[in-house]
Amino acid sequence: MNSYNLSVNGTEYPVSAAAERNLLSVLREEIGLTGTKQGCDDCECGACMVLIDGQPVNSCSYLAVQAQGRPVTTVEGVTTNGELHPLQKNLLEAGGVQCGFCTPGMIMSALAIEKASDGTEPSDEEIRIGLSGNLCRCTGYAKILDAVKKTLSK
Amino acid sequence: MIIAETLEQALEALAAGARPIAGGSDLVVAHRSGKAPLPAQLVAIDRLEELSSIEQGEDGVRIGAVVNHARLVTHPLIIDTYPSLADAAALVGSPATRNVGTIGGNVMNGSPAMDTGAPLVVLGAKVALQSTNGYREIDVADLWTGPGVTSAEPDELCVALSIPTPQASTSSAYVRLEYRRAMEIAVVGAACSVTLSEGVVSAINIALTAVAPTIVAVDGLEGAIGQPPQDVEALVQSVASEQASPISDLRAGAEYRRQMVGVMAKRSFAAAVARAQGEAIAVPVNRSIGIGA
Repeated sequence: MNSYNLSVNGTEYPVSAAAERNLLSVLREEIGLTGTKQGCDDCECGACMVLIDGQPVNSCSYLAVQAQGRPVTTVEGVTTNGELHPLQKNLLEAGGVQCGFCTPGMIMSALAIEKASDGTEPSDEEIRIGLSGNLCRCTGYAKILDAVKKTLSK
Repeated sequence: MIIAETLEQALEALAAGARPIAGGSDLVVAHRSGKAPLPAQLVAIDRLEELSSIEQGEDGVRIGAVVNHARLVTHPLIIDTYPSLADAAALVGSPATRNVGTIGGNVMNGSPAMDTGAPLVVLGAKVALQSTNGYREIDVADLWTGPGVTSAEPDELCVALSIPTPQASTSSAYVRLEYRRAMEIAVVGAACSVTLSEGVVSAINIALTAVAPTIVAVDGLEGAIGQPPQDVEALVQSVASEQASPISDLRAGAEYRRQMVGVMAKRSFAAAVARAQGEAIAVPVNRSIGIGA
């Protein structure tokens, strides 16, 4: 067992878990933040995407113990005082949420694109590359892209 | 889990039997799929400043072992001088994979399908291995002895990759056959480094991905020396195909792989020649000239 603190969405959580536990399971089962989803559990689908130090990471394939001292952001951390993030509103308006399972991961990848583009408007290709690690089993990509483009347009 | 704060601490942990982990993108996936349990004792090396820089020296570039793929893709020196390595790093996984996957991890994992391997071979890279007993550098081609197997001792840590400065009028490219544009593993791939002199080939190196138990350094290309590049393409294609010893699996049949690796070798050669002639071909070549998906 390892005991350490994780900083998730600005809150410090004490964690006591085996070293082999992945970040996804610690977020969901120890901390109780279940917005981040387990899909393939194999680094392929992006449902488990979180931001670590502002960068997108598949939390299924990242050891929780390695996240100590590194700020983690999950989908629960993107709202402000219960108000949906503009991207979340745009996803709802565009019909970019079907079953919703990929949505938290898509949101985190899209926010990473926003951060990487550093105030400039990302190109369609940059958005596609930024979302390329996220699968939508409903295949609703066009509307997801619409919502992300609308959110990141300047 | 030990989170190393100094290189010395990491090397001592290895000497005591721990195994290194950086991003964990190979180790954790293999563990969770049941393919290989995590080692009993791990030492995290991803916070070591000593291993995280890209330094240009007089003789070449030294890339720290925990430099991730995302940094290679965006680093001006790598893009300009060692573009085949940037081509390869840009094709790895997804943005998330490129953020956590490190060049040292990719090299030491030793997969014959690794994308950065063939570029490192044609660029003449050396891998720096350090332990509490000493330090050595070996040709990267001598590191891999089988699928997932290296000649490094268990207590040796890959601390850096060193790549010499290329001669004038030299460039390189890496291409791979792929069925989709993200989260893909090379079906086959090829890297080429070429030097041109007065319109003819004066040096050429080719290496092949995913057609043998390890990355294959192609030999028998002497016939290309002194020839105009356009006269060499057929030779490159046939020699590359001949030196492949591929397997059949879900992703491709052996004969298909053998044929396609020749095509990839020819295309990596053509892209490297174009770059050496000053043509701007953006990283990755796969997207710029329409190879693969």
